Amino acid sequence: MSDHGEASLVPVPGDSIAEVSRIDPRLLEILVCPLTKTTLEYNAATQELVSRAARLAYPIRDGIPIMLPEEARPLDEDVRLG
Amino acid sequence: MTAPPPIFDRALLRRRLERALAQGPADFLLTRVVEDLDERLAVVQKRFAAIVDIGTPSSGLAQRLAARFPDATTTRIAPLPAPGSAGTTTIGDLEILPLAPETCDLAVSALALQSANDLPGALVQIRRALKPDGLFLGAMLGGRTLHELRTVLTEAETALTGGVSPRVAPFADVRDMGGLLQRAGFALPVADSDVVIVRYDNLFGLMRDLRAMGATNPLVDRTRRPTSRLLFLQAAALYAARFADPDGRIRATFEVISLSGWAPHESQQKPAKRGSATISLADALKPKAG
Repeated sequence: MSDHGEASLVPVPGDSIAEVSRIDPRLLEILVCPLTKTTLEYNAATQELVSRAARLAYPIRDGIPIMLPEEARPLDEDVRLG
Repeated sequence: MTAPPPIFDRALLRRRLERALAQGPADFLLTRVVEDLDERLAVVQKRFAAIVDIGTPSSGLAQRLAARFPDATTTRIAPLPAPGSAGTTTIGDLEILPLAPETCDLAVSALALQSANDLPGALVQIRRALKPDGLFLGAMLGGRTLHELRTVLTEAETALTGGVSPRVAPFADVRDMGGLLQRAGFALPVADSDVVIVRYDNLFGLMRDLRAMGATNPLVDRTRRPTSRLLFLQAAALYAARFADPDGRIRATFEVISLSGWAPHESQQKPAKRGSATISLADALKPKAG
């Protein structure tokens, strides 16, 4: 049974929003940056997949990675990652 | 080197598809193609662990694959988030595939590749995503698709305005697809086509369905001026005069090109090396003595 119904206002361990929208780990194994075909870094805090080579951060919305450059956030040159 | 100008407005295609999905899509063609792909997979004697669906507009194909191969991981590279997603979904564009090399055993794509600006490039990317001996099965619209609509719109627009603007997309010819698969590095490439005739009351019925497929004019060079109702009325009259059955209903052609190819592997059949024959062809063709 699903226990994340609309009425559950109290956070249940293992059932937080972050948990629900978590990316499927199997996706991380096969996804690369669509522009540079280089590996991506998963940033769980910002829910983004970061391509250092393209200097883009691809958003993950509701657990679905959006691998479109026009939807990605450009990374500033001076920001240090990880 | 400059890239050729794009033909298809891929962002517009996504918006059209989004609208179509929201209003209840016309998916009879896709349903048919999914059935066909599923049947073709039924005879493939191979186990697939990692499956990827590239660009198919709905989740129907991924759901079929997940049912047929319950132990496999099925991933969609989808144009849009869609309800009823099976397996794992990611949003991406088939022209810039976000797939790591040699990660998939099976790649499928239904009714998406016809709107690739760089079809050879898209095929190369699919082949690279496959493991050695991985299989690609695809279906895309081909050359004869909507030829009636193209003819009547061109004639009606020429008669009305003295010129034409592109309104029906160019489609690949099935005769070119085998060569394209080969150039993209696929072994044992096969392309064949199947024509589906759909009948409508009139041109407006056809256009309603095209809109519900998210398939109205996706061309970058489409005219930005609104099209006069008169043009469509004249085109509808031409369509009814030229391409109608005796009962008055009009015929619309959809040509579906089926594609298959394998990522090369040692174990696959291949032609013998030139000059490796041990008997001459003339001897081989001679009637057997006795």
